[in-house]
Amino acid sequence: MSGSPPPALEVADLAVDLRSGGRTIRAVDGMSLTLDAGETLAIVGESGCGKSVTALAILRLLPQRIATMRASRLRLGGEDLVGLSEEEMRRLRGNRISMVFQEPMTSLNPVLSVGRQIIETIRTHRGLDRAAATAEALDLLRLVRIPDGERRLGQYPFEMSGGMRQRVMIAMAVACRPAVLLADEPTTALDVTVQAQILDLLQDLQRRIGTAMVLITHDLGVVAQSARRVVVMYAGRKVEEAPVGRLFADPRHPYTLGLLASMPRLGSSAAHGPRGRLREMSGSVPVMDGRIEGCPFAARCAHALDLCRRSAPEPVEIAPDHRVACWRAQERLEMAHGRV
Amino acid sequence: MLRYILKRLLMVVPVMGVVTVVVFVLSRVGPGDPVTIMLGEFATAEQIARTRTALGLDLPLPAQYFAWLAQTLQGNLGLSLFTRKPVLELIAQSAAPTVLLTLCAMVYAVLVAVPLGVLAAARAGSLVDRAVMAGAVLGFSTPVFVLGYILAYVFGLRLGLLPVQGFPGLEAGPVAVLRALTLPALAIGATFVALIARVTRASMLEVLNEDYIRTARAKGLRRPVVLLVHALKNAAVPVVTMIGIGFGILLSGVVVTESVFAIPGIGRLTVDAIFRRDFPVIQGVVLVMSAVYVLLNLLVDLSYMLFDPRIRY
Amino acid sequence: MVEWLAALRRLARESPTLAVGGGTLLLIAALGLVAPWIAPHDPLAIAPTNSLEPASATHLLGTDQLGRDLFSRILVGTRISILVGAAVAALATIGGLAIGLLAGFVRVLDGPLMRVMDGVMSIPGVLFAIALMAVFRASVETVVIALAIVEIPRVVRLVRSVVLTLRELPFVEGAIVSGATTFGIVRRHILPNTLAPLIVQATYIAASAIIIEAALSFLGAGTPPEVPSWGNIMASGRAFFLIAPMLVLMPGVVLTLTVLAINLVGDGLRDRLDPKLRAALK
Repeated sequence: MSGSPPPALEVADLAVDLRSGGRTIRAVDGMSLTLDAGETLAIVGESGCGKSVTALAILRLLPQRIATMRASRLRLGGEDLVGLSEEEMRRLRGNRISMVFQEPMTSLNPVLSVGRQIIETIRTHRGLDRAAATAEALDLLRLVRIPDGERRLGQYPFEMSGGMRQRVMIAMAVACRPAVLLADEPTTALDVTVQAQILDLLQDLQRRIGTAMVLITHDLGVVAQSARRVVVMYAGRKVEEAPVGRLFADPRHPYTLGLLASMPRLGSSAAHGPRGRLREMSGSVPVMDGRIEGCPFAARCAHALDLCRRSAPEPVEIAPDHRVACWRAQERLEMAHGRV
Repeated sequence: MLRYILKRLLMVVPVMGVVTVVVFVLSRVGPGDPVTIMLGEFATAEQIARTRTALGLDLPLPAQYFAWLAQTLQGNLGLSLFTRKPVLELIAQSAAPTVLLTLCAMVYAVLVAVPLGVLAAARAGSLVDRAVMAGAVLGFSTPVFVLGYILAYVFGLRLGLLPVQGFPGLEAGPVAVLRALTLPALAIGATFVALIARVTRASMLEVLNEDYIRTARAKGLRRPVVLLVHALKNAAVPVVTMIGIGFGILLSGVVVTESVFAIPGIGRLTVDAIFRRDFPVIQGVVLVMSAVYVLLNLLVDLSYMLFDPRIRY
Repeated sequence: MVEWLAALRRLARESPTLAVGGGTLLLIAALGLVAPWIAPHDPLAIAPTNSLEPASATHLLGTDQLGRDLFSRILVGTRISILVGAAVAALATIGGLAIGLLAGFVRVLDGPLMRVMDGVMSIPGVLFAIALMAVFRASVETVVIALAIVEIPRVVRLVRSVVLTLRELPFVEGAIVSGATTFGIVRRHILPNTLAPLIVQATYIAASAIIIEAALSFLGAGTPPEVPSWGNIMASGRAFFLIAPMLVLMPGVVLTLTVLAINLVGDGLRDRLDPKLRAALK
């Protein structure tokens, strides 16, 4: 190995099966990603494309009764996670790798004070006594820009606004200065003005603590603002991966084209509608229950060939750091009549 | 807070009103004319009429009810037809073993049932879960006096570990008292264990699907902390509610079980009253037990805010 | 016949609880029905010379202190328990249905009726039954009536909650708006939707009634002591518990098995119910 430090997070060939009723659905299929120390990687895609499942699978938080996962490689800062026991995983969670969830309204425990919820995280992993952990919790509130921390620690989630709660969630997530932060739609449930503050806060924290971040979102505006690289997911698979600038300038997968086309023009105010929502694209994500042969996007794709319906394309590198899983990746495709 | 307690106390009024009406009606439709019972069979018609007026029995029924209610509220539940002692005094005299037995049964039942329910929910679908649920059905189905005799047979007659009859009195010391109460408390608590284990499991299963449980796990909290602090505290309100509702079953069970184990409590008082046709005692017991039940459920309501800070009165 | 067997096999596979409970219950009920003809001895025949005999070929479970055959007595006692359970369930269901419909449809009556039900429910069940039996003359009929009174509030609450839920549904609202008579609405919409939870509730009431009847008889406040009900058999044998524990244990075990079978039937039926209505049952 050369002298360069190992990536903060490495995932290769991650597959997750979810059982519901008598059916098994392949929620994530052959997902791979690499996250360098301190960088931000965005994962974008419509809801149901497997973004959140990917994050939960990395933390091993999927309910074991309905989910099975495997990966050829799962490393956190060079440490292999694949063979770890549940207890070893627990020690890493909230400590070296942590997660911020989408719903600040339901993700905090309603019957415990926020102080208690922050302090227990610190005490679990850092073995501080109550006084030291309380002092640390106050520092954390300051760090996530919650004023009047002393009073806030004694409050319950229902006494706080959505933005405040999300700051508390973030404070808990960064309490142990994790190497990796998985942020699952951290701003989606919030007011537009608060969204910007939270994104700003996340970036600021990342700079201060040196945490690498996986930012899961369906909002390309958020991506443009905060990420260095982007992974586009569709039906559980990675369809395109590129540095942010390149993705916006030269998207190659028809699905990425569709995402970009459904984004409001730059300069149009957010008040005119939800930014970058993908609903304007016709069709919806297919359910992956093993019946689909070929490219999962073929049914919605205006450029699909016979080949696309018969066999699924593998990701190919068409430029440095730019990989696309499309038979027509080498062409420059155009939008046609609202369809991709 | 104080206002809520007052408001909630006011809600007790109609409930207890119905209870008192029921007891009053029972006391009037019951066989045996109280005057004849008081004066004996050879009283003259004039004596009977005078006593009727003196007792207010010639007034219309509603007036009689309110007169009776006024007496009752002052703690006058009438005299036992058999011993001629005030009913309230008789109840107070036999209360100690009953109160102890009820408390023991309740404490042990909750201490057993809640962990079982949590365990069953944490391992839903597993063998442990099925065993707990099957045990719950069996617990529901075994009448308390049958279980009492089975326990007395196994632990008393066969193994000779514990006494099967009687109550030594409080002066015999805590060890002797606890030994005498163990089997009856186990018998009384069984239905309660079944009831509470079921509710705990159902409530926990619901809570374990909540987002904040996922958050707690994502924070790397230890499993017991996730289950017993994060989940159980949220699951507590239905459980506590069921403890209150099930308390009626416990009181019924105490009355029957005292008879099995020959414990001289309120249950024994009631059974003796049944055989002696001592109606005032039976009615007094019904009134007092119902009042205890209603008050306990008031306490249960107030206890909600210990578990959920969003509930503020 | 073959179709019947196939249906039974499917039931056993889909709902083993229901199959086991139902099978046991049918067996017990059938034994109770034919008890007078298959009982090896007269359950009331006293034979002081044979008192407290151990189990033998002539007396399968031995005899009691009066020389009566325990097996025959338990067998005949089955009739009384099953009868009490079924009669109380039927009576409480019909009575509760009537009051529940009244509370659900007549706004003015809803409050008062439900307060009365709350009050009645706050009297511990066995104690209430004892108090009722204290004023009735002891007989199987009065026990049934007393227990039905004790159980009615549970049915009222169930029926009322179903009515209140259904009232809000579009098709019932439509029927109300289009001027259907209350009777028509009850018959067309309310009854069919109440039936399933009512049957389940009735099963649980039967189980509860059998337990309380046995408890009352055991305490001396139930069926008259000469009737060989399970509770009476236990009551008459209890004085001999130390020397002949089976006199008390045997009827108790049979009682438990019967209640268990009924509860299994109830659980099985509940699990097969429409999940929307499941919430209406507590």
